[in-house]
Amino acid sequence: MDAKTLPKSARTAIEPGIPPELKPDSEPAGPMGLNALPRGFEFSPINARRWQNFKNNRRGFWSLWIFLVLFVLSLCAEFIANDKPLFIHYEGKNFFPVFFTYPDTDFGDVLGTAADYRDPYLQKFLDEHHAIEIWAPIRFSYSTINDRPPSAFPSKPTWLLNASDCDFAAKNGYSKCGTLEYNWVGTDDQGRDVLARLIYGFRVSVLFGLVLTIVSSVIGVAAGAVQGYFGGWTDLLFQRFIEVWTSVPELYLLLIISSVLVPGFFVLLGILLLFSWVRLVGLVRAEFLRGRNFEYIQAARALGVSNRVIMFRHLLPNAMVATMTFLPFVMSSSVMTLTALDFLGFGLPPGSPSLGELLSQGKANVQAPWLGLTGFFTVALMLSLLIFVGEAVRDAFDPRKTYA
Amino acid sequence: MSRELCLCVRDLSIAFRSGGRETLAVDRVSFDIVKGECLALVGESGSGKSATALSIMKLLPYPAAYHPSGSIEFHGRDLLQLPEREMRQVRGDDITIVFQEPMTSLNPLHTIEKQIGEILLLHRGLTGAPARARTIEVLTQVGIPDPETRLNSYPHQLSGGQRQRVMIAMALANEPDLLIADEPTTALDVTVQAQIIALLKDIQARLNMSLLFITHDLGIVRKIAQRVCVMKDGKLVEQGTVESVFNSPQHPYTRALLAAEPKPDPAPPQPDAPVILETNELKVWFPITSGLMRKVVGHVKACDGLSLTLRKGETLGVVGESGSGKSTLGRAILRLISSDGPIVFMGQQLQGLRFKEMRPFRRDMQIVFQDPYGSLSPRMSVADIIKEGLKVHFPDVPDRQRDERVVQALTDVGLDPATRFRFPHEFSGGQRQRIAVARALVLEPSFIVLDEPTSALDMVIQAQMVDLLRDLQKRHNLTYLFISHDLRVVAALASRLLVMRHGVVVESGEAAELFRNPKTDYTRALFAAAFNLETAPEGVVEQ
Repeated sequence: MDAKTLPKSARTAIEPGIPPELKPDSEPAGPMGLNALPRGFEFSPINARRWQNFKNNRRGFWSLWIFLVLFVLSLCAEFIANDKPLFIHYEGKNFFPVFFTYPDTDFGDVLGTAADYRDPYLQKFLDEHHAIEIWAPIRFSYSTINDRPPSAFPSKPTWLLNASDCDFAAKNGYSKCGTLEYNWVGTDDQGRDVLARLIYGFRVSVLFGLVLTIVSSVIGVAAGAVQGYFGGWTDLLFQRFIEVWTSVPELYLLLIISSVLVPGFFVLLGILLLFSWVRLVGLVRAEFLRGRNFEYIQAARALGVSNRVIMFRHLLPNAMVATMTFLPFVMSSSVMTLTALDFLGFGLPPGSPSLGELLSQGKANVQAPWLGLTGFFTVALMLSLLIFVGEAVRDAFDPRKTYA
Repeated sequence: MSRELCLCVRDLSIAFRSGGRETLAVDRVSFDIVKGECLALVGESGSGKSATALSIMKLLPYPAAYHPSGSIEFHGRDLLQLPEREMRQVRGDDITIVFQEPMTSLNPLHTIEKQIGEILLLHRGLTGAPARARTIEVLTQVGIPDPETRLNSYPHQLSGGQRQRVMIAMALANEPDLLIADEPTTALDVTVQAQIIALLKDIQARLNMSLLFITHDLGIVRKIAQRVCVMKDGKLVEQGTVESVFNSPQHPYTRALLAAEPKPDPAPPQPDAPVILETNELKVWFPITSGLMRKVVGHVKACDGLSLTLRKGETLGVVGESGSGKSTLGRAILRLISSDGPIVFMGQQLQGLRFKEMRPFRRDMQIVFQDPYGSLSPRMSVADIIKEGLKVHFPDVPDRQRDERVVQALTDVGLDPATRFRFPHEFSGGQRQRIAVARALVLEPSFIVLDEPTSALDMVIQAQMVDLLRDLQKRHNLTYLFISHDLRVVAALASRLLVMRHGVVVESGEAAELFRNPKTDYTRALFAAAFNLETAPEGVVEQ
């Protein structure tokens, strides 16, 4: 018999973290004075322990930070990769093209359409009038086409161009080396800067994953809670419904729906939501089934507390531990689903920045390895980070995990 | 008796590391066990007695647990220095252990034969017919009737007492030199407890093995042990022969332990007081369904036709073994589970009221549960826990006044009101049970169901709890329905008594009279087991 087969009573008796009860019972606990204040915003000891466990998983801890930095950066994508300047000071007036659309009549043109700041004519005009311009580090947005490429699309990353490429560009009427705009990881087969698309695509993926995870968790937790708490017929019928529902082939349905509706961000979200909410139901249901017979739930019922309050205040926190442990994995699979759909061409509308589309371009253009490689490494990095964070969260909520 | 030394523990310390914090659970404990003797290790929960026992088997969660000092010498070898490989040969062969909870100590997926056979295979290489013969032999030894037919039983097919017997059989299979029994009877009924104690005593004498018996119950110590060690706060405060420790205890803690019998001083029956609660032929039947259409083929009759009357200021004690339906009765009266038959509370019919219609009555009828660890929500502060009922029943009262009532309730149960912002896990078992009482008390109910409120507590704290409950009853003129299997506590509180078995009342009457003159064999067996740890003759109680 090894330590794992110890009965629960013996384990709790020796479980570290539960301080042995040493105080005599009649003695009032602790040195707190009568006007002691409620403990406000400090971590409760159990959460402090969880945070400590999370931090102890170095890989997960750093993954979280890297992921957060990348995510925050991608949230500011407009300030990193944009085909409009962030700020223009021209003739004593301040312009913020990144926020507002200005007609080109403001900059000496006559058409009255929205100003195209990458237009060489406009650039020349601004230079001549000594306007102060501040640009984002990358002067492409996700849909900006590089109209002065060194070769046919997809074109190489600029820093990889060698003498023969420059020769070729000069002879075939492409832009000459030295006059090129920098494409850090080249352009795709429609001449759009891959790095810019990557940044925007990352943002869309993560936001999509996040929204899908949150909404499907809320629905899943609510459904599981109702099933587990009320049990009986509610549970039975709901379970059978879920069995039928999960056996619907998701992908075919998606194909059919996307041929009727134009698949946009929210349409896709809705369709995927139809199926992804089921994932947490079983978990939460089990927690509620277990929890509803706890004595403190019985005590609350004996006090006359209503079902809704019991579910929210007493049972939900128990179920949250299991849910939280699951969330990073739900999130990474949500991201995966969107990428897969984009890859197959059933995802976001054409032209949207998306990692899946980048991967499918990589597949179609094997002669341009920068497309496939960039896509692969980004998706691999993002999913690995999420999984590492997930592992650390799992450690954090594991009551038996102790670091000696 | 030969004075051959079996186990020799010297200066044993055990510490636990957890998140940079270190807790010393056991502090330089030394004791010996002679071959063929029974040593009892006594102490309250958290005193380190279980940790000591587990360290002999090296079953602690290493490396989170470690030994700052000490040695455990067993037949000349220091177990603490033994590598894991050799330790495995000691475990289950030379030293075996029986745990407290027979419900979870056996693997539910294996038959009895397989579980006992595994140990025989591991240490003796026995398989097939010889293993089976040995299994039947040990099962006979521990008093399992018809062991041949029991071989293929799964644990769930056995009662709690039988499972504990199987655990003991597993421990005996290889004729160990030392058997460690870690509170083996705490989870069992009094009648079964008496049987298990008798069994252990008998086997120990017959096999001339050593027994390390861990318990918090001094009654058992007196019954089984030759020598006793008293532990407190991880230290061994006193050791000696049972006679010397019981007759002239040296350490104040030992004296407190010995004096911790609950004093019998029940509230007198109140034959003229107004009736608070009355039930007539109350039934709780759980249907047994079978077949595809879930046809009801029978019922489990948890409570079958119970009539009782409870008058103001009285305590009605409900006693019986586990499974006799006493907890079901308490919950049915509070309408926490559905039942049949009238329940009249303060002149109002409760049966048939809906959840919302019940709410006004909940103020007047409260419940305190058995497990102080399970009955308080671990995520709420004590103030929030106690306030919850006030929020339901007095939604318009300002928070400040609610807080005053919380302070009042905590003072009533003898806790420092300043502790109300803490969380339940910061309190000891006894303190938590006081909080649970405060939660019930804050609504100023007239009737409280006490569902084994002392069973999970240590002896000393049990006595304090009984005093508290009695005191509260006097001060607030409370009416109690006291459910317990511990007759010593019931004797201290109950004015009238209801003995239950299999969902029906076996005997009832005024407590004093009933204790003096039990009429049925069952009640007599119950009393004998509880007060003298004596086993009943065959057939009166189940195993």
